[in-house]
Amino acid sequence: MKQFVLSGIVIAAFILFSFYYRFSNRSQVTLINPPKNNLDSGAVPGSGTSPQARLPYKDGTFAGDIVDAFYGNIQVEVAMQNGRIVDVRFLQYPNDRPHSVMLNQYALPILKSEAIQVQSASVDIVSGATDSSKAFIQSLESALNKAKNQS
Amino acid sequence: MGKTQIIWDMPITVEITEELKGDSSISPFDQIFAFFAHVDAVFNIFNDSSEMSRINRGKIQKEKGSREVKEVLALCEKTKRETGGYFDCERDGLIDPLGIVKGWAVKKAADRLVKQGYANFYIDAGGDIQIRGRNTDNKLWRVGIRNPFNRFETVKTLFLTNCGIATSGSYIRGNHIRNPFDPKKPVADVVSLTVVGPDICEADRFATAAFAMGKRGIYYIEKIPGLEGYAIDQKGVATYTSGFEQLIKQKPVDYMFADQNP
Repeated sequence: MKQFVLSGIVIAAFILFSFYYRFSNRSQVTLINPPKNNLDSGAVPGSGTSPQARLPYKDGTFAGDIVDAFYGNIQVEVAMQNGRIVDVRFLQYPNDRPHSVMLNQYALPILKSEAIQVQSASVDIVSGATDSSKAFIQSLESALNKAKNQS
Repeated sequence: MGKTQIIWDMPITVEITEELKGDSSISPFDQIFAFFAHVDAVFNIFNDSSEMSRINRGKIQKEKGSREVKEVLALCEKTKRETGGYFDCERDGLIDPLGIVKGWAVKKAADRLVKQGYANFYIDAGGDIQIRGRNTDNKLWRVGIRNPFNRFETVKTLFLTNCGIATSGSYIRGNHIRNPFDPKKPVADVVSLTVVGPDICEADRFATAAFAMGKRGIYYIEKIPGLEGYAIDQKGVATYTSGFEQLIKQKPVDYMFADQNP
């Protein structure tokens, strides 16, 4: 049984990864700020990287596409330096749709709980959900109507 | 002394624990009850001649309503916005502001008593209470939270002054609050949610909205400054906000003195 669960997790992880891989290859990266250090024009100051080595990524800040994450849109911005990611910021995250507001609010402290206990102390006032005599009266009326003898 | 009348099919109680001012011709109790009757005449959508009914039938434009109607509708809009849509007065194209009118009216009534110089009283409209000053023994008001499983019992005693307390629940009227995002499904996992706030209007509107959120409601209350809450679920387990324990101590906690208006 354990093996099945384990292999299931591995398969699921692989599927997720392949989706992610496909998606990340598809998404276009738009340039927001031009890179400060153009690798073609010279050395990167303060870095130990060889100026000749052509890095796979340009330096600068890049915004990704806006992607619908079902509960709302997600857009990230990535900051690159010396071919490495130094910062990822969320430009948009699901915060507009009620369900996503709900999900986001799960990130909250754990509150204290207790089993309720009947109090014996006397009180001045009681707070409870609104009492209604109308429903009772309506129900009673309809019951009485049904009980009427049709003569 | 206290007096109770049935208005809006629920008991409304006014108790004043100080000498009544002798200068008015009608008693403060009768003034308050007259005010509630007036609010009923304006807002009751089951009464065809009420202003609210006429607005719903298109006889009056919302924008041309009375000052009170505009105030309540603005409060409905504000609450809808603040609660991410969990509080919504509009259903099937009709406006029913009753969910907000009660707390609003209790607050207004309390303001009237304060204006007349009263500092020690409470007004209770079907379990939604505005509390001011001290009780008959010159102590903090002792307010019980009703046991949702037995209406003749209380499960918690709070010691309060100068604040509002409201409870939303599904135990008396049936599941009368619905999640507007899933209207077919009654809110079931939480059976009672009590909110204490700076005044009854705030406590009431947030209690209603948070109750509609189900189990998450108490976390919502936790996030709003000035509000404390006590939620009871179907199994009789209560979850409460981090400042709630302050309210069950018998020493005067007056940190909620927010309605400074004289």
